[in-house]
Amino acid sequence: MKKTYTVSVFTENSIGMMNRVTIIFTRRHLNIDSITASESEVKGVFRYTIVLRTTREQVDKVVGQLEKLIDVFKAFVHEDSEVVHQEIALYKIKTASLTNGDVEKVIREHHARILTVDPQFMVIEKTGHVAETQLLFENLKPYGVLEFARSGRVAVTKPMKEFSTYLKELEESNHKL
Amino acid sequence: MNLTKLTGAQAVVESLLVEQVDTIFGYPGGAIMPIYDALYDYESTVNHILVRHEQGAIHAAQGYARTSGKTGVVFATSGPGATNLITGLADAMIDSTPLVCITGQVASHLLGTDAFQETDVVGISMPITKWNCQVTKAEDIPEAIAKAFYIAQSGRPGPVLIDITKDAQFSETDFDYKKCTNIRSYYPRPKLNKSVVEEAAKLINEAKKPYLLIGQGIMLSNAEEELLEFAEKSGIPVASTLLGLGAFPNNHPQYVGFLGMHGDYAPNIKTNECDVLVAIGMRFDDRVTGDVSRYANQAKVVHIDIDAAELNKIIKADVAVHSDAKEALRILIDLVDAKQHTSWLQEFRDAKKIEVETLQESAKEDHSEELKMDEVVKMLSELTNGEAIVVTDVGQHQIMTARYYQYNKTKSNVTSGGLGTMGFALPAAIGAKFGAPDKPVVAIIGDGGFQMTLQELGTIMQSDVNLKVIILNNRFLGMVRQWQQMFFEKRYSFTNMVSPDFVALSQAYSIEASKVEARKDLKNGLLKMLNHNGSYLLEVMVAKEENVFPMMTTGASVSEVRLN
Repeated sequence: MKKTYTVSVFTENSIGMMNRVTIIFTRRHLNIDSITASESEVKGVFRYTIVLRTTREQVDKVVGQLEKLIDVFKAFVHEDSEVVHQEIALYKIKTASLTNGDVEKVIREHHARILTVDPQFMVIEKTGHVAETQLLFENLKPYGVLEFARSGRVAVTKPMKEFSTYLKELEESNHKL
Repeated sequence: MNLTKLTGAQAVVESLLVEQVDTIFGYPGGAIMPIYDALYDYESTVNHILVRHEQGAIHAAQGYARTSGKTGVVFATSGPGATNLITGLADAMIDSTPLVCITGQVASHLLGTDAFQETDVVGISMPITKWNCQVTKAEDIPEAIAKAFYIAQSGRPGPVLIDITKDAQFSETDFDYKKCTNIRSYYPRPKLNKSVVEEAAKLINEAKKPYLLIGQGIMLSNAEEELLEFAEKSGIPVASTLLGLGAFPNNHPQYVGFLGMHGDYAPNIKTNECDVLVAIGMRFDDRVTGDVSRYANQAKVVHIDIDAAELNKIIKADVAVHSDAKEALRILIDLVDAKQHTSWLQEFRDAKKIEVETLQESAKEDHSEELKMDEVVKMLSELTNGEAIVVTDVGQHQIMTARYYQYNKTKSNVTSGGLGTMGFALPAAIGAKFGAPDKPVVAIIGDGGFQMTLQELGTIMQSDVNLKVIILNNRFLGMVRQWQQMFFEKRYSFTNMVSPDFVALSQAYSIEASKVEARKDLKNGLLKMLNHNGSYLLEVMVAKEENVFPMMTTGASVSEVRLN
């Protein structure tokens, strides 16, 4: 059965890493819904957060093949219930449209915030799950959304085991030369 | 240590010397000229084999790696030189062959500008290398090469590519080479979990019909002796994958044959009759398993592999041992009970009898005088006592050789398994000979595959290598023709092949050659070839429409292997 999975991949920060990671998905004809990458809590170790819809079997095999990459420390797969996740969305609307109705109400109801107001446009920011940022988009549509940009998912896991503990375990799992 | 100033190009060669490289297969060109210039001063220390096409270089390096157990080294220039390596990289990747390929690249200020002979070889080769990188500074060269050798050889071996810009080759650096022994994100030497091996031993000890499948992993971990000891103590019948041939002596009474689509009858059908299946250093390729949903469902599966991603990838293992084969076998030897499985082994022999008799029946019905491929292979096997290194290409001749050559020595079977690369054998045989100069090397190639890389006859001529080449000429792309006959209503679409005069062609390269057309001349032809001092090409005309049996058709289960 297909489900949404969040794959977290911990890697070195080397040139082409994004390509190496995505090739594993491409090979299996899997489409990535979103991907984000940034340095993790461990200095020099990068964290990729990849969201996709597929079967557990496929995603488990993908994780195995990701871990084969030389520059990958470890990869994890989680169901939505096992992670706390968030996305950020930015909406650019005409400042003039403020007069066309109750934008203030929409912003309040969505707990969104205004980042900047320019004589011509303003930028609204909303963090939340896709459904929430999408709903705000729908509600702002009547006022004319000039631009809309949404980030990929970032996620942290619910279990308390830290990545540095995994790192230690991995080192110990290997014979020393 | 005093640091010496070297150019990046010299650093490349010096680094290779520290890694004890004695042979390089390559082809020069613009972007790798500084490295070739440096190599000129090392002519007496390193043997460079000038090939006729970069694909030849990489297949030769594969042959070298497979027979020597060392890492094959390849030099190629940027652009087309680099892209000509792609088939070989993919082949080495899927067949776990350790290679270090060094490609020249345009100067770093030109990267990304569509400069002359620029290709993004790092990008292109990413999915078909175990690791690759681009070096743009001379000082990074030693470290990159050290990493490359470490990665290529350790864990499950594979090909590595290093792309070095021309300016990095020209500029100077302090040379201080440190061998790589650890990469913090890479864990190639899994510590064995003893309790898992104990579980495996328990299953084996309780089994009534245990069955052992071996793959190339045995040879890659140098576990041949341990395998023999384990097999003899436990009494388990042993079958081999295509790439595993040679890891267990084929003349051993417990050896039951070769697995898979065109494998032997008994090893396939018994897969679905055993109660414990022990797979070591093999990956359940689809050509081995047939329909996986009907594969060994009745059996408990023990899978030992160094590559964690292979465990549970195709066949769910009841006991998955993430380990080097040698290490796991050493422990298993102590844990398993000494046993004999006489009646179970007899079942394999009975099934083998059915196969032999059925094939003989079919042969009787064939009244033509034409030579058959299996006759040639059987006679070669006899004349060489199963002790030659045999290099095959891809197709019917490959399967016939796998079936009928009695591989009694380890690292004596060189073939393109996973990728099925036609054109592999001729260059791979050249490399195989350099990797094992004291052993006889015989390449068996079809008329189709030979013509994919026949330019490497030039390499044989120039490098004065002593190898024997047999062309089994059936004037067809035989395997495809067989499928057309069986599944496409004999519509022989573009599979008949007109070939040049191979004997004259060989002689044009100053390689002695002759042709055998009749059964009565076969033995003498083979003896003449084997006894010739120097390289020799023997063309053997074989039946046009011979089929390879047994055969498992697409989607069939191992129980449904066909004998005719």
